[in-house]
Amino acid sequence: MKYKRDPKRIREVLGKKVQFILGDMACVYGGLLAGCSFFGGYPITPASEVAEGMARMLPRVGGTYIQMEDEIGSIAAVIGAAWGGAKSMTGTSGPGFSLMMENYGYAVMTETPCVIVNVQRTGPSTGQPTLGAQGDMMQVRWGTHGDFEAIALTPSTVQECMDFTIEAFNLAEKYRTPVCVMTDGEIGHLRERIILPDEKDLKLINRVPATIDKKKFIPFTNSQTRKSKVPDFPTFGTGYRTYVTGLTHNEKGFPATDKQPDHERLVKRITTKITDDSDKLVMVEKIQLDDAKIAFVTYGATARPAESAMEMGRKKGIKVGLLRLKLVWPFPDKLITELAKEVDKIIVPEMNLGQIVHPVREYASGQCEVVSAQKIGGEMHLPNELFKYLEG
Amino acid sequence: MVDIKTAEELNKKYLREGMWPTIFCNGCGIGVVLEYTLWAIEELGWDMDKVVFASGIGCSSRLPAYINADGLHTTHGRAIAFATGIKAANPDLNVIVFTGDGDCSGIGGNHFIHAARRNIDITVIMVNNFIYGMTGGQLSPTAPLGSIATTAPYGNIEHPFDICGLATALGANYVARWSVTYPYQPIKSVKEGLQKKGFSLLEFLAPCPTAYGRRNKLGDIKKHWKWYDDNTILIEDYERIMKYGSEEEKEQIKNKMQLGVFQDIEKPGFFEGYEKLVNRLQEKKSKTAKTKGRK
Amino acid sequence: MIEVKEDWCKGCNICIDRCPVDALEESDKLNRRGIRPPRLKKENDCNYCRLCELLCPDLAVTVIPDKEDDKKPMKKTLLTPVGGKIK
Repeated sequence: MKYKRDPKRIREVLGKKVQFILGDMACVYGGLLAGCSFFGGYPITPASEVAEGMARMLPRVGGTYIQMEDEIGSIAAVIGAAWGGAKSMTGTSGPGFSLMMENYGYAVMTETPCVIVNVQRTGPSTGQPTLGAQGDMMQVRWGTHGDFEAIALTPSTVQECMDFTIEAFNLAEKYRTPVCVMTDGEIGHLRERIILPDEKDLKLINRVPATIDKKKFIPFTNSQTRKSKVPDFPTFGTGYRTYVTGLTHNEKGFPATDKQPDHERLVKRITTKITDDSDKLVMVEKIQLDDAKIAFVTYGATARPAESAMEMGRKKGIKVGLLRLKLVWPFPDKLITELAKEVDKIIVPEMNLGQIVHPVREYASGQCEVVSAQKIGGEMHLPNELFKYLEG
Repeated sequence: MVDIKTAEELNKKYLREGMWPTIFCNGCGIGVVLEYTLWAIEELGWDMDKVVFASGIGCSSRLPAYINADGLHTTHGRAIAFATGIKAANPDLNVIVFTGDGDCSGIGGNHFIHAARRNIDITVIMVNNFIYGMTGGQLSPTAPLGSIATTAPYGNIEHPFDICGLATALGANYVARWSVTYPYQPIKSVKEGLQKKGFSLLEFLAPCPTAYGRRNKLGDIKKHWKWYDDNTILIEDYERIMKYGSEEEKEQIKNKMQLGVFQDIEKPGFFEGYEKLVNRLQEKKSKTAKTKGRK
Repeated sequence: MIEVKEDWCKGCNICIDRCPVDALEESDKLNRRGIRPPRLKKENDCNYCRLCELLCPDLAVTVIPDKEDDKKPMKKTLLTPVGGKIK
């Protein structure tokens, strides 16, 4: 049973236009709207609801759901399904994300599009399973071995969980790379109002299938039909007979592990296909930054108390603004450098011991003071606590 | 109908141009396993556009690069999980997994167990040479008691893994073990395994003169291949001798490795059951649209 | 008669060892790797069982039945070889 995206059927299964649902379920809605047809998952708190929602809804729209034996099997099946022609995703949390690292690197090397939803929780190790944190932000960028570029989105509301999952599928298909949606236990288990987008407002990007003559097709080089470093996708079963491997390979896909130039050419193409577009990949929200002298730079769940603290500060007359990062990797370096020229102090509130504060400090280049407002243990910052940073 | 009769024609039809000769050592049994598979596919007459090969890491997992069909060379031990995904996305594809003894029974044991339990519709061809050949000759889970390897320099003290016994217990549809040294029965068996719906496992005992044979004093290639003839026995003969034979005969065959088809049943596969589930839900379309409550 | 792709032969000698009627031997010429590929002996009893072709790990041997040897008595092998009868 090969999947065909049927918009009417999807709307029938998802239900009303305005709903009150969990953050995890919003990720499921986003996946179904984007046309996901394979989910391979494994239960883990706080991401089990993603798997449960998919188990209920995916068979009803004609997709395939399999509960795999572990997270490693989940991500492996997701990558296999992508090569079989499906849009595929999985959902996990910290310990499972650590297990998936080897195959995450495999997806990067073989240029496979897929989506991983990481509902972060406190770590390291088992930590506090039911409480949220933001401790995996560096892992998504550097977690797997070797050199690679990552794409990671950080939603702050339940509506954004849905919208960013759809955006994650678009980015994955456009750049042929795995994309992570980094929510956290707080947003994942929060119930809020969402509004489903109409079919006409939905913009979906699908992978470009290979269509040229089979004898002339070269699978792992710049696209032969349009100007792009992302090659066309030769789905298995369409007659292109591609050989896909995680070893360093030449343009035709065969192992070429003996010479230095082969590896450099391949890895530079895989990384620059994303970094060349880093200007287009800036997704931020700017609140009251025009005359600000102090700025909060934040992402994910901490943006909510930071906004309240900003308003408290404005009432007291302090000129404070907020820059909310919606897409954290590739990091918006130019934006931070410009912001650092205009303000005196940047505060980075995070639910970890300081992870995104490091690139902020790097790109601020000493032009202003950068302060890390850390809180760990599963509780979100309170606006009062952040307000203290504004005064001090 | 078989219209290819010679190895020359088989070469041209199924192998990628310019990739041969293989990287395998001389006397290695992996090339022979490839050929048996290709002869079986030729007899079945499959369309090579719809056949996908998946493999893990190791000497036997280098096979898909030589075949002119879609191939996925994955991470160590996870080939079966990748194959499950490929089959889920497009159940019309025929998926064949080439894997080795360490890849399948060592690191990949968990994925093997669950794919067999679910009866996923793939064929796993496991090449068992009792050693980790590609990395230089380390101990493998299937190595016989007392054998020598680089990580077991004083002899192996662990008991060997019987993967066919495990697959039989899990209820896989087709389980067989053959030695590489005689061609006719393996080719027929591969053909049966490929046609069977549900999970099929074919274990091939292949010689590795370079890593295993040299360290275990099995002599040169000729003697090593002969060792397989002397130490294996067909399962029908084994059972007959155990039932009716004399004490002396029983003593002789007690420790030989058994070859043959261990299980051949017809359980419904995973994707058949899943399709029934999807059809059942589509029929209840009108009812589900009206149900309120938890989604 | 047999046809050997000389550059593909790795010299394992499995075909020579396993021929049931002992019809093969190493030839005198050397291939690109310095290996001596097999050839049929001058006096041989080859009955086209094709075991050499099926067992070669490198698909280097092909058995081609000669038409004028039809009058040689063909020995029955235990099972019919894959591929059906000879032309």
